[in-house]
Amino acid sequence: MLFGQDIQVAKLPANKPKPQSHRWRERFQLILMLGPALSVIIFLFLGGLGLAVMQSLGYLPFIGQTELSLDAYRSLLSRGEFYRSLLLSLWISFVSTGGATVLAVGAALVLRQPFRGRRWATFVFQLNLPIPHLVGAVGILFLFSQSGFLARLAYLGQLIDNPGDFPALVFDRYAIGIILEYVWKSTCFIGIIVLAVMQSVGEDYEQAAQTLGANRWQRFRYVLLPLIMPGILSASILVFAFTFGAFEVPLLLGQRYPSALPVLAYRYYTDVDLNFRPEAMAVSVVISVLVTVLIGVYVRLSRRLGD
Amino acid sequence: MQKVAPSQSISIKPRWGNSVGRWLAVGAIVVGLLLPFLPLLIWSFSHRWYFPAVAPTEWSLRAWRYVFGDNTQALQALGYSFVIASATTLLSIAIGIPAGRALGLHEFRGKALVRFLILAPTIVPPLAVAMGIHIVFIRYGLANSLPGVVLVHLIPVTPYMVLVMASVFANYNPQYEEQARTLGARPWQVFWYVTLPAIFPGIIVGGLFAFIISWSEYLLTLLIGGGQVITLPLLLFSFANSGDNAITAALSIVFIGPAVLFLILTSRYLTGRNAAIGGIGRL
Repeated sequence: MLFGQDIQVAKLPANKPKPQSHRWRERFQLILMLGPALSVIIFLFLGGLGLAVMQSLGYLPFIGQTELSLDAYRSLLSRGEFYRSLLLSLWISFVSTGGATVLAVGAALVLRQPFRGRRWATFVFQLNLPIPHLVGAVGILFLFSQSGFLARLAYLGQLIDNPGDFPALVFDRYAIGIILEYVWKSTCFIGIIVLAVMQSVGEDYEQAAQTLGANRWQRFRYVLLPLIMPGILSASILVFAFTFGAFEVPLLLGQRYPSALPVLAYRYYTDVDLNFRPEAMAVSVVISVLVTVLIGVYVRLSRRLGD
Repeated sequence: MQKVAPSQSISIKPRWGNSVGRWLAVGAIVVGLLLPFLPLLIWSFSHRWYFPAVAPTEWSLRAWRYVFGDNTQALQALGYSFVIASATTLLSIAIGIPAGRALGLHEFRGKALVRFLILAPTIVPPLAVAMGIHIVFIRYGLANSLPGVVLVHLIPVTPYMVLVMASVFANYNPQYEEQARTLGARPWQVFWYVTLPAIFPGIIVGGLFAFIISWSEYLLTLLIGGGQVITLPLLLFSFANSGDNAITAALSIVFIGPAVLFLILTSRYLTGRNAAIGGIGRL
């Protein structure tokens, strides 16, 4: 008897329409629950962004400058250095994202089929997900520098006679070292997501296509690829945004001039001449705006292609 | 009634050439992913290892003695990293549980906007944010201090913590709490004995993510720590720049320790189907 009563009491509130005072209380509770998280976003994140924009417009009260102007942007846009950094950053992000995406889809195709040792292969595939980029960069440096591990192997194989003969793959013009590090890390990230999407899609559609006479390429291109496209897109967007704004990998593996945009912003920021501050802020604001715009365009384009 | 063939029987029969191709592909994946770790391991034990030698000509434990020995620099950096990552994780759990509950269990006006705001730091790079806020941190004495560094680490960590907790609460049945209340449980008892056990696995996964993100953070620590708060990645970077390969390698191996531990504990959850995986893309 008592047991039955409990159940009834417990179910009651769900069935009853809530009075007005309840709804207000619920709203108040929601605000309390979301408050801490939203404070981090609004005060730290948006506040920081806003202050960066203000300082890029020349609002620097600590050195007595409170007049707003576009001078920083004007002087930035007149610098060759800025354009070369911008091109370099775009190059790094597009090539890394593209390369990692292609490799990731290929790896996911291999890893989704059952074979002996697949669990271990998948574990290795996950292994470098949580490895910090900085360690990846050090690994790439030790492997690919002109006196690195691969150069020594090349010497052993009598392909080169001295370190200078080994192609410059780090601190180089084309940022190969940086791209290699990003591809190495991001392939696993995109691959794990694509693999999960492939597994939830299953093989039924491809088998149906096979019985209708589709060959391997057709099954991939016209059946599987459209099904996994949303997963590929969302993963590669995150990779693009990250590689465009990331700092430590180009700082360690990049040429000094031109440097990637985030490194340029940091160099301006730490310049002894405080007049560089607004320009440092302007560079970082440009990075943020470009990432947002490029991702917006990318999402819109891919949606249109999907329709 | 016609018997439906199990799907395996229609699937492509593995031919010999096929399986060799697969082994080559799997081998390439495994070797390609593990290769960068090999020189790290060898360098950390090397003493003399000049150009054409493929293996060190002299081995030593100098680098490891530096990391764990009497030199306090490395131990201090390890300590800083650990304290900062732990504090960031605990704070983000405290922030993430209520926010995740609100997003996972409740429908309300403006939910899409809240979700968008909380996700924004996953797309916009933290560079502008950190540079912009630096001046306020200097004004209030937060720059060059541990609390200041923890505070900025919350920016990249919070979105993922909230996402993880929101997906935990989306599969949570709040009626159990109602039951406990009708049985006379006080609010803290309801939380401690009913809610917490149910969401605990989510807290562990989200907490590990938060720890790893904070542990790996370089730029935010560099800017806000102002060279006073030297965490492990900062120390590692300065050695990598100075060209002491042995110590760089040993520090790198220590640096990836928590990541490997994390993977062993959570590899079941790292399937890419959960929101948390996005956090890893930030590292």
